[in-house]
This record gives sequence, C-alpha cells and structure tokens, in this order.
Amino acid sequence: MIAIVDYGAGNLTSVKKALDFLSQECAITSDPAQVAKAEKIVLPGVGHFASTSALERSGLRDAISAAINKGIPFLGICVGMQWMFAGSAEAPGTPGLGLMAGECERFPQEVKSPHVGWNQLQIAPKSHLLQGLPSSSFVYFTHSYRAPLSDATSASCDYGGRFSAAVERDRVYGVQFHPEKSGETGLALLRNFCSLAC
Amino acid sequence: MLTKRIIACLDVDAGRVVKGIRFENLRDAGDPAELAKAHSDSGADEIVLLDISAAHQRRATLLDTVRRTAKQLFIPFTVGGGIRTLEEAAAVFTSGADKISINSAALDDPTLITRIADRFGSQAVVVAIDAKRRERWEAFIHGGRTPTGRDAIEWAREAESHGAGEILLTSMDRDGTASGFDCELTRAVADAVRIPVIASGGAGNAKDFVDVFRDGHADAALAASIFHYGINRVSDLKEQLAAEGVPMRWPC
Repeated sequence: MIAIVDYGAGNLTSVKKALDFLSQECAITSDPAQVAKAEKIVLPGVGHFASTSALERSGLRDAISAAINKGIPFLGICVGMQWMFAGSAEAPGTPGLGLMAGECERFPQEVKSPHVGWNQLQIAPKSHLLQGLPSSSFVYFTHSYRAPLSDATSASCDYGGRFSAAVERDRVYGVQFHPEKSGETGLALLRNFCSLAC
Repeated sequence: MLTKRIIACLDVDAGRVVKGIRFENLRDAGDPAELAKAHSDSGADEIVLLDISAAHQRRATLLDTVRRTAKQLFIPFTVGGGIRTLEEAAAVFTSGADKISINSAALDDPTLITRIADRFGSQAVVVAIDAKRRERWEAFIHGGRTPTGRDAIEWAREAESHGAGEILLTSMDRDGTASGFDCELTRAVADAVRIPVIASGGAGNAKDFVDVFRDGHADAALAASIFHYGINRVSDLKEQLAAEGVPMRWPC
C-alpha cells in the first residue's frame, strides 16, 4: 500500500487519482501508524512551507523519518520535496527534514514569481526515478520558492537561474514539479516510483 | 525555458459542452470528459471548464461533470462558474479540479480569494476578469451583464494582493469575434501584476496567439471555439507557434 500523507495542506485528490489510474493500492492518511506500515510513502504539498510544521505536531515527521531509515521508498512533491532540505526562506522558523543540504529560496526579482507552467528538465543520467524519460522532457511547475542545486540533484530546470527540479538519494526522491499534472511524462515517473522494489 | 501555455476552454451547460457567440445561439459541441481528454492528447497545456448553466441546474450537474472530466485528465484542470463560497470551492477541488476560477463573488467580497488561497494555496485560485473598453477598461460581472464601475487593471492588482495565483482576463469586446486578442488590454494587466495572466477572447488564428504572447505579454492564452469540431487542433496551433519561435511544450 502507498500512503499519501495528508497534513492538511491543499488538495490531495489529483495525486490519488493518478495512482488510482496506475492501478496502485493507495490511501490518503494522516495517521502515523498507517504511514509506518506503508510499503511506499508519497508526501504531496502545495501552499506554504510553514504548513509542514503540522508534520511535527502530528507525529508524522517521526513516522516518515523512521520509514526512510528502514529504506522505505519516499517521494516528496513540490513543498514535499522542499521539506527534504534544511529549511526555506518562506518560513525560517520551520525546520525541514535536512536530508539534502541547503535552504530553499525565493526566485530573483528579474523573473515573474510564482513560476507557473511547463518548463524543461535537464536530467542526470544516473536517475532511477526519471529513467526512460527523454532528457528535455516538459513538466508542470507551480511554486514561488526553489531548492538549490546539490549533489543529490537528479534533474535541474532553468528559471532565473538553475535550481533542483528533482533530487534523489538512496530510496528518497523529491520532485519540485507536479508529476500528477505533467501528462504522460509525469505518469511515466510515477510508474517508475511504483515499480521500485519495496 | 518556461513555455507559453495554450489553454482549451470548455463552456458547459447542464453537463454538455456548448459553443456560441457571447452565450447566444448555443450549439451542442459534445461531452466535456471526452473533449477534455481529446484536447489534452492533442497537446493542450491546460483545460478550463466554465459552467454557464442556470444556478438551479448547476448544483445537480457540475460536481459530476468535474469528477468525470478529471478522472482521465493529467494536466492542470481549472473549473469556474458560479462558485460563491469556500465550501463550494472545496467541493469542486474534492471532485478533482486543481484550480478554481472566481469572478463575481471575488468582486463582491475579495476576502473570498484569501480564504480559498489560505486553504488550497494561491496557485489554486484564478481570478477571472471580464473587461470592456471604455477610456481604460471596466470590469463586468454576472457573465458580462453587470458593469461594476471598477477599473480592470486596478482590480487585477487588488486581486493579486488578496492572494490570487493567476488572472484570467477576457476581453468582452473581442470575445467570440475571432478578430484577435486585445493585446493592449492584456499588456496593461500583465505589466501591472507579477502573477501570470491568461489572455482570453478573440482567438481566430495562430498569428493572434503570436501577437498576444509577444505584444500582449501574456503568459498563457485561452480559446474555446477554434478548438471545437477539430477545426483547429491544438497540435496544429502549437506547431505553428513553435515555428514562429514562441516557446512551446512541443512536441509534448
């Protein structure tokens, strides 16, 4: 079972719908016990970085941390990916999980923000999550803050400079864009995640 | 590079897509779920569904239409038409919409924008503005029937400050005429706000899209009639725009 973590931020329907379409057994849950039992975990997220503080209060942060340490495949989407970094300038008082080095920052003044629409990826050949996707695939973004490039970056994107569009380390994956809204490309990525051995 | 978006719009009455000029002479153009999927397969970057049903019919059909349409759609999906409260917006999101579009209700009470944005994020709130040329441009509500006395550019700025994520800007003068987008209006609004502006009203051919992206500074452009009946497929349009040097998600 894939747990789609509900921490009260935004709309989880589209992630659930995409996994249903791929015939995956999945459930939206805010229960740490159910997250702890999951074979895979998806952490969606839209909106404000501060909303991730609900993960701390509810015990979900500990459940997710423990699962990641056990090697359970984890996918963070949008703010869910940003949360894997140390923190974000959007909410300086709210710590991230700190799995990846660096802080998320605002886009520079010279570009319109938020970054909304379809932009092109530059994919690193080593990526498991993005395997089989053409290197210049288009995906759908909508965000005002961005994660820095790091040694975990598996795909980058250019908008007012390059940033991390996807990261991966061991069995932990993050994407800044919305695979559930990125047409066939996004479904191919989700298929890759679903077919990872548990 | 961030591409310019081509958005296919479906006007829906009692669960069926209709096509007409300024809401008159409505003709049946098909099933919303089938048409949305066909536009997506043909390269549309986004789908907007606008419900133009009478209020008493809307309640019965809209959520079912949204659910059926969203089921097979994996590109951004916006739903508008008669959404007046946070609860109504929430029901539309739960049925599978990614964004909602509000117009009259936002002008009546701009805090509605903030309340929906606080719960679902600014990226999920599109404020639709129907503008008619005066000395500048005036915002209209109730499907273009009621003038508000408000300057459309000022209202766009205010909507942004209340937390709108995008502006869907329709030129009432051009809507349904296929005589080209109002580039002057689009540019005035696009240059006044930092959020993306979707140009609407007047699309007739590929050159109109080139003009509204280059001269109108639009981030996205929306059209309804030209995409129906397969007269002008989204893929044909995108191919022409890409050849003109407009950044497009093409091939998809």
